[in-house]
Amino acid sequence: MIEFKNVSKKFGNNVALDDVSIHIKKGDFVFLVGPSGAGKTTFIRLILKELDPDKGKILLSGQDITKLRKRKIPEVRQKIGMVFQDFRLLEKKTVYENVAFAMEVLHKSRKEIKERVPYVLELVDILDKANRYPAELSAGEQQRVGIARALANQPRVLICDEPTGNLDPVTAMEIMALLELINIRGTTVLMVTHARDIVDAMNKRVVAINDGKIISDGAGGYVFRDFDLDGMPDDASDARKTITSISRQTLTGLSPRQTMTSVSQPTEVSDNEVEDMLSDYL
Amino acid sequence: MRRFGYNLKQAFVQMGRNKGMYFTTILAITAMMLILGLFFVAFVNVNLFTKSIEKDYNVVQVYVKENTKAEEVKALTESLENMEGVEKVEFVSKADALVSLKDTWGDNAYLLDNLPQNPLPDSFNVYVKDKDAANRLAEEAPKLAGVEDIVYYRDTIEKLAQLSRFVETGSIVAMLFLIIVSIIIVANTIKLTVFNREKEIGIMKYLGATNSFVRAPFILGGIIVGIVSAVVATGLTHLIYSRISGIIGEDVNRILSINFVPAEQLSMVLLVMFLILGVLIGSVGSMISIRRFLDK
Repeated sequence: MIEFKNVSKKFGNNVALDDVSIHIKKGDFVFLVGPSGAGKTTFIRLILKELDPDKGKILLSGQDITKLRKRKIPEVRQKIGMVFQDFRLLEKKTVYENVAFAMEVLHKSRKEIKERVPYVLELVDILDKANRYPAELSAGEQQRVGIARALANQPRVLICDEPTGNLDPVTAMEIMALLELINIRGTTVLMVTHARDIVDAMNKRVVAINDGKIISDGAGGYVFRDFDLDGMPDDASDARKTITSISRQTLTGLSPRQTMTSVSQPTEVSDNEVEDMLSDYL
Repeated sequence: MRRFGYNLKQAFVQMGRNKGMYFTTILAITAMMLILGLFFVAFVNVNLFTKSIEKDYNVVQVYVKENTKAEEVKALTESLENMEGVEKVEFVSKADALVSLKDTWGDNAYLLDNLPQNPLPDSFNVYVKDKDAANRLAEEAPKLAGVEDIVYYRDTIEKLAQLSRFVETGSIVAMLFLIIVSIIIVANTIKLTVFNREKEIGIMKYLGATNSFVRAPFILGGIIVGIVSAVVATGLTHLIYSRISGIIGEDVNRILSINFVPAEQLSMVLLVMFLILGVLIGSVGSMISIRRFLDK
């Protein structure tokens, strides 16, 4: 899906990425962590082809994007859905229009837009607020719209740049549950974050970058021991319980928001049942 | 077609959001085009005057001395005909000259009726090919036997030609200057519109919008400004020109026997010219300002 082969990038004398090689496979859920200035943003900008590497190759779905001509950049970005910390919604457009806008930009027909927009809004559980403006929504709801917009064009990979950075812990967990659901449905997710509890709780692949180098790449959130981050309280076990509960209930047919309202009395689903349900999606 | 419709809608939406700015720009471009239009009509008319006068004065009048014999007149005719650049030699007898003068005087011709004798001399109208031939003739003809004098409005023609050249050069310089100023004005307006939509453009680019998709509404906006300005400027120029030619047209005609170019005819040319110019100014201006954003 995304492959970096010995990629280096310098800004003047500052080394942003130094001989980085990594392979993110289709369907992966990967956290990209590291202190500020470690090279996380450069990593994302390289995938989006906002920057070109000084050395090395970047492959997206097998295509070498480093050699791509400028006018072909939109084709790369059409394969990627971006979710931002600050949501970046258009204030003068309604929720529906914000998502439809993403499709209009790619010249999708009215019919396609009419079919797809309600579908993604339903998926992120915000369809009932389709005619509201972003200012009328809570931060969590705005981020749902941001995710819906990112999904509108059925991207192969979702890149989330600190998507929970502006959210309270409970809402952040809701968003994580939603991202997990999207990942289960087959979309590769690459998420940049500083939130230690989320990384610990999700138990996914974690790639840690420091000084432009990948210093660890593996499952779980243990890498945080190496950083002095201002993360949220280390309450990973509680966070994991919430996410598992939300995910399970989403799979049993409840929407993430409905699950949050009933989170105090979670529906009991056994681990085996969850695995069975997951296999339907995979 | 669907895309064009979408882009056009976006262009109007963005014009609606920046009404004041677009209105001011249309005013400024209209003013520029109006000045340009007035220069143009002046240029066309002066050029027409010059051409018309040059044509009239391609005739050198050669007056024959009193009491010149018929054989001498014949010889003179031949000499004139043989001169380089002479196309036609027309003899005007003193009687014909008087009839012609009476025609020119029109209602006042009765004043000539009581003359004791015809004071006008016999003359030749010598039609020459060009100004050089006229100059040569003006120099050579007085030396021929039987020639009393010649009349040739060289100074007038040269002054007119000079004026025409001046208006022509002035118009071109003014046009270039005004076109550049107009492009800068449009570029600045579009730049401000782009600033207002910077966030939207950023999102569009993240979503994979092509540069042409981002660019289209801005360029269409610029072109709409150009077209609206062109139509308004043509209307204003037409009004002013019709008014001026209405007021002084008759006098000019009486003095110079020349008519102004009809307003309708000129306005059609102006409209086409302004529309082309408007589209050019609008598209170039907007492309300049959006390019920098797209390169980011």
